[in-house]
Amino acid sequence: MLPYALRRLVLALPLLLGITLISFCLMHLAPGEPTDMGSPDIPTTSDKEMRDRLRQEWGLDKPLHVQYWNWVTRIVQLDFGRSFSPDARPVLQKIRERLPITLLLNLVEMMIIVALAIPIGAVSATRQYSKFDKITTVFVFVGFATPDFWLALMLMILFGVQLGWLPISGLRSPTWEYLSFWRQQWDFFSHLILPIVVATFGGLASFSRYMRQSMLEVVRQDYIQSARAKGLAESVVIGKHALRNALLPIVTILGLSLPGLIGGSVIIESIFAIPGMGQLMVQAVWERDYPVMMGNLVIVSLLTLGANLVADLTYSLVDPRIRVAARRSRR
Amino acid sequence: MSRLGLRHLGWLLVLALGGCGGEADSAVDRATGQAAGKPAYGDTFIDALTGNISGLIPNVLTDSASFEVGSLIYSGLVTRDKDLNIVGELAESWEFSRNCLDLTFKLRRNVRWHDGRPFTADDVVFTYEAMMNPKTPTAYREDFRAVSTVEAVDPYTLHVRYAKPYAKALQSWATWILPRHVLETYVKEGRLREAPQNRSDPVGTGPYRFKEWKPGEKVVLVANPDYFEGRPYLSRIVYRIIPSQATIFLELKAQGIDSAGPAGLTALQFKRQAEFPAFRKAYNKYQYQDNVYTYLGFNLSDPRFADKRVRQAFAHAINKRELIEGVRLGLGREATGPYKPGTWAYNPNVRTYPYDMAKARELLAAAGWRTKNADGILVKDGQPFEFVLRTNQGNDERRKVAEIIQASLKDLGVKVDIQVIEWASFLKEYIKKRRFEAIILGWGIGLDPDQFEVWHSSKTGPDDLNRIGYANPEADEMLEKGRASCVEAERKKYYDRFQEILAEDEPIVFLYFRDALPVVSSRVRGIAPSPNGIRYNFNEWYVPRPLQRYTAG
Repeated sequence: MLPYALRRLVLALPLLLGITLISFCLMHLAPGEPTDMGSPDIPTTSDKEMRDRLRQEWGLDKPLHVQYWNWVTRIVQLDFGRSFSPDARPVLQKIRERLPITLLLNLVEMMIIVALAIPIGAVSATRQYSKFDKITTVFVFVGFATPDFWLALMLMILFGVQLGWLPISGLRSPTWEYLSFWRQQWDFFSHLILPIVVATFGGLASFSRYMRQSMLEVVRQDYIQSARAKGLAESVVIGKHALRNALLPIVTILGLSLPGLIGGSVIIESIFAIPGMGQLMVQAVWERDYPVMMGNLVIVSLLTLGANLVADLTYSLVDPRIRVAARRSRR
Repeated sequence: MSRLGLRHLGWLLVLALGGCGGEADSAVDRATGQAAGKPAYGDTFIDALTGNISGLIPNVLTDSASFEVGSLIYSGLVTRDKDLNIVGELAESWEFSRNCLDLTFKLRRNVRWHDGRPFTADDVVFTYEAMMNPKTPTAYREDFRAVSTVEAVDPYTLHVRYAKPYAKALQSWATWILPRHVLETYVKEGRLREAPQNRSDPVGTGPYRFKEWKPGEKVVLVANPDYFEGRPYLSRIVYRIIPSQATIFLELKAQGIDSAGPAGLTALQFKRQAEFPAFRKAYNKYQYQDNVYTYLGFNLSDPRFADKRVRQAFAHAINKRELIEGVRLGLGREATGPYKPGTWAYNPNVRTYPYDMAKARELLAAAGWRTKNADGILVKDGQPFEFVLRTNQGNDERRKVAEIIQASLKDLGVKVDIQVIEWASFLKEYIKKRRFEAIILGWGIGLDPDQFEVWHSSKTGPDDLNRIGYANPEADEMLEKGRASCVEAERKKYYDRFQEILAEDEPIVFLYFRDALPVVSSRVRGIAPSPNGIRYNFNEWYVPRPLQRYTAG
């Protein structure tokens, strides 16, 4: 198990390097440089002297491969550099202040999705074509078809404007500092409800579908048949024998959605005015803020690779056959 | 453009809407029946910004959100009053020598920085040094290039000497004055952007002090009790950063914010969605002519557009009234040139291009575009008249303008394809390389009529702003003379002539000036709409005690 994990880790290094190289090139292929943005309608006088100075300071005057090499040598010392945007702040600091809220939102969202999607998927599979299955199917199609931003606006109008139960946007009320401790907690929590509901809605639809599909395949297997033949109670057959096996593909999908945890959704963040990673990244792209883009990217790729590894390791934990196969192949 | 111009961008008032304008309803408070109420200290004003501010030292920034916040934290030597006259802010008075070369400021004596240190002429000298330091990444160095020396005669007298007369000399001293004792080392090292004061606790002399900035979330300012013109009434200003215009509107409806920000509402929200009794009761709506015009620009090195009859024909073929009705729901004004109607430099007596398709056809025919091919497109020397009209992404209004123009020109027999491109790519690949045929863009104009950078024939390089490649020797001369004088009456002559030349050449089709459409909570009083918009007297806004909503703090 351990050597396997180690081998995977070592293999991940060149992969990571390759990812950053390709993204670095892609990033520079996009026309426009951070030093010559200008505004579409405010005539700001362009100062060539200043632009040249900045290009030199940021190393943009060097050939691309030198720029990449410089970036790599800094990144291995964990120096992510400073943002090119006018605040000139360290990239890590910028990411650090955006990460917690995105992580929190996405973790809660993911937990809710898993907690709901697995039972929904399982039940609609075991009772295929029942009323419940049909209702959830309709729900799923609605979930797929509903655009995030539309649902968000509708919920904001209903709960924020008409009923006035929930805050519309942001993370805290403007009077937050003056609230008592528990009111502060509620205030923060109440701001998260709508974004989480919207984010969960779409994810729930697809996840419950995966679960249903996986479950449908499993219940047709011979070993389920034999479990029933053994005279086991249906709840044991489904709950123990079928569900466990049906979860396998779900583990992969879950693993792959781990990097998404820090990605953040631009649409949801913009509509609900949440200062998360999505907004940071989009802003960086617009401003051609290379250090922030690359910093973001390194973290996301690390997480993707890590998540893949974790998913594979979990696989072997969940499914003894893989462990055995791995051992055999080594012999 | 000068920073004063930027700061006031969007705040020029033309008219307040009848029935819901400013003070019309506030003489008697309808809810309580009390008299309007005396000015009172207190309450929090919650404003909305669509973009995150990028820092707290506006001298090195370029985004309007940072200017909005910065203008409450810092002061300049001069500012503009309600009628757009230049008046003293940190300066008590000033004197300009007759040859426009010597400018002497007398400074106020009772001014303290937010950290308690006194403000002196030395800080102004420092600010000048900071702006001129080649290591300072500022976009406003141009404003000070004409200065030869700046000298503190005594702590409260400042003498500025100009190498040559510079029209914007006085206005340029509206720049944010920075404290020497706080920022000197950063300026010397060329690290003004990296200064901690660009991130938190900036030190200014303005009416509000910095409280906190949560990036992407909010900026909080509190009233400065030592402000030299007296403590402002509103105790706390919270700028919430809300990127979506739709969300801002919902927050307004739920009364979560007190203003839709400097940008205000969209035309649709203003005209239709905000027209219901509850909204009109909770908010006062204002309508100004914004300092931005939208235009149809041509690449003048393209032989088809080099012929001014073609440009004039296009101008006649576009129904501006209908265009404004279509994309702005009527909330805008036809433009005849690059100056705003109602300002001193504006010349109403120039050639205009009323909507007239027959005239347009005539002009095109005179330019050689007579025959049409099988598709109904005009042909000259075997070449059909078709071109690509480009505009930047993220501005729906401009896309709509392009579509309307496309339809109008189709009637003329000109085929237009529309391309909407992300701004950075547009700038780099098309504008800088002059690889465009026609564009829909806008220009923000300053309060000073000097538009040398945009129209002078020496400014046609890839990084310059005369993007269409306009060159007219007489226009050049007027621009040069106009910026070299500090006497308004004299300058007016030059700019009047300049506008006549532009209107005759029609190097771009001036389409319209849009209206800014801000709304402010009706509990806020003291707003006096003027030619300078509403925010010029922000310090005097107040909420009568019984109407204050946020009592804590």
